[in-house]
Amino acid sequence: MEKTASRSAGKSRVKNGNLSPRRRIYEIVMRALLYISSGLTVALLLFIIGTILVDGVPGLSWQFLTTQESVINDTNGILPAIQNTLYVIVVTLIIVLPLGVGAAIYLTEYAGNRRLVAAIEYATETLAGIPSILYALVGMLVFCQMMGLGKTLLAGSLTLVIMTLPTIIRTTQESLKTVPQSYREGALGLGAGRWHMIRTIVLPSSIDGIVTGCILAIGRIVGESAVLMFTAGMSMTMQDFFSSGGLIDSSGATLTVALYVYAKERADFKLAMSVAVVLLCITLCINLAAKLVGKRLKKK
Amino acid sequence: MNESATPVQEGGKKPRSRNLLERPMQAVFTVCGFIAIAFVLLITVYLIISGLPAIREIGLWDFLFGTRWASTHKTDPAYGILPFILTSIYGTAGAILIGVPIGFFTAVYLAKVAPPRVAGVIRTAVDLLAGIPSVVYGLVGMMVLVPAIRETFDLAAGDSLLAAIIVLAVMILPSIISVSETALLAVPREYEEASLALGATELETYFRVSAPAAKSGIAAAVVLGVGRAIGEAMAILMVAGNVANMPSLFSSVRFLTTAIASEMSYASVGSLQRNALYSIGLVLFLFIMCINVVLNLFLKRDKEK
Repeated sequence: MEKTASRSAGKSRVKNGNLSPRRRIYEIVMRALLYISSGLTVALLLFIIGTILVDGVPGLSWQFLTTQESVINDTNGILPAIQNTLYVIVVTLIIVLPLGVGAAIYLTEYAGNRRLVAAIEYATETLAGIPSILYALVGMLVFCQMMGLGKTLLAGSLTLVIMTLPTIIRTTQESLKTVPQSYREGALGLGAGRWHMIRTIVLPSSIDGIVTGCILAIGRIVGESAVLMFTAGMSMTMQDFFSSGGLIDSSGATLTVALYVYAKERADFKLAMSVAVVLLCITLCINLAAKLVGKRLKKK
Repeated sequence: MNESATPVQEGGKKPRSRNLLERPMQAVFTVCGFIAIAFVLLITVYLIISGLPAIREIGLWDFLFGTRWASTHKTDPAYGILPFILTSIYGTAGAILIGVPIGFFTAVYLAKVAPPRVAGVIRTAVDLLAGIPSVVYGLVGMMVLVPAIRETFDLAAGDSLLAAIIVLAVMILPSIISVSETALLAVPREYEEASLALGATELETYFRVSAPAAKSGIAAAVVLGVGRAIGEAMAILMVAGNVANMPSLFSSVRFLTTAIASEMSYASVGSLQRNALYSIGLVLFLFIMCINVVLNLFLKRDKEK
């Protein structure tokens, strides 16, 4: 409100007509640059979405989404990739959530030493800045070779745990910080222990932040390709997760890796575009979900 | 706050069952707290341990400044990564050159000029751009950009450094926009009002007062963009052509990241080729660490203000 008021005041104070020619040109050029750049940003998005939809939608069908590819019937399907993606999301979240939320709780509720907190936060930022190809290297070395998991979805998920940890820590920490200090003092004053206070007061009021963290983490997992290519394998056949050892031994391509395989190794661009449509829909849903939760967070 | 709270925790009379969990839970949370540090150490140590042997065997100078990479050559293999280093630097510089101006102007528009509804639309677009997986960027680049470059410049193949630069520029755009926008929004309103009161127009104020006041935040945005661009692998693997040439705008090139990605799947465990890939990883890691230090410098300066 205040901003718009003073802005219009600014306009009435300096009329463009009173400016020297040099300043008027500056004004016109700069305004043009602002509009061109912003327009370009939006146009880029529309162009990318348009290209994907035009080339990809014709290839979509119920059968494409719900079967695996079959050489005999000469049909294509990405059900295995969808399944693998879900597996990776679930396993990664199950492991990273307790770790990340726990770390955030330690940072905001327990840690007394300021330097230590700074060090942990610095480490978290460092993790967030490491490119995924390096995670792929380390994941391959540690989980696939050292721990003997081989190229499996489990190894991929474990690598993604390290990668998504900063996201979870940061968002949880943000929302823990918004819990009023008086709540904590009240609980402690009534004789609650610190853990009791965290469990009954702090965690329930920061659940939205944790959900946001999960959504962002899912976004990163769905979009990740380099890590999974090198740690989780590229096969496109159905995995039976519920056979004995299936949860540990299965390996295969997620949606992004499947897209890469179709595009780069089989040069089947139509199929790749169809996978891209699916990925785009998921991205859209994730963005929407994050926005909705964010709005709820703001209302509080 | 922690110190003052401790006596309450220890002194009060509480049911035993509650107390029983207090200490173990504190231990659990402490372990969780340290796990980020442990992961960073793990990554650093592993990259150093696995990266050093090949460098020792090849020789640091020949490795970093050798101009020929022929890891699969049977009689005369060579492991010089200068082409990759230069490609990564040129590619990143190019992406920054294109992406930063567009991102900066969009951020100014979003933070200062745009009506709220328009700003909302653009912000949604930026968020979506940030969320699109990198292989999708690579795919669109392959389908649209590469043929376009081939035809426009009349080349035999469009897979080139130029294609990679454009894809990278688009990919770093969202982070540049959102970080600079945050910095611009944090500029105190008084600065702008003072400038307006002195007779400057709105735009003069935004570009000559607000932007300089937000310069360390904008610098952080640029550095963040550099980090993103230098670390991207999959998208440029799909559009850069992937031949170990010395970089030039229209030739097929290989980046540090794509050098690792393209040979990792078939280099046999224990071979010098594979170890050299780990060494490339180590070099990339050092680049990223330097960028992180610079980034933190800018962010800290921003906070102190």
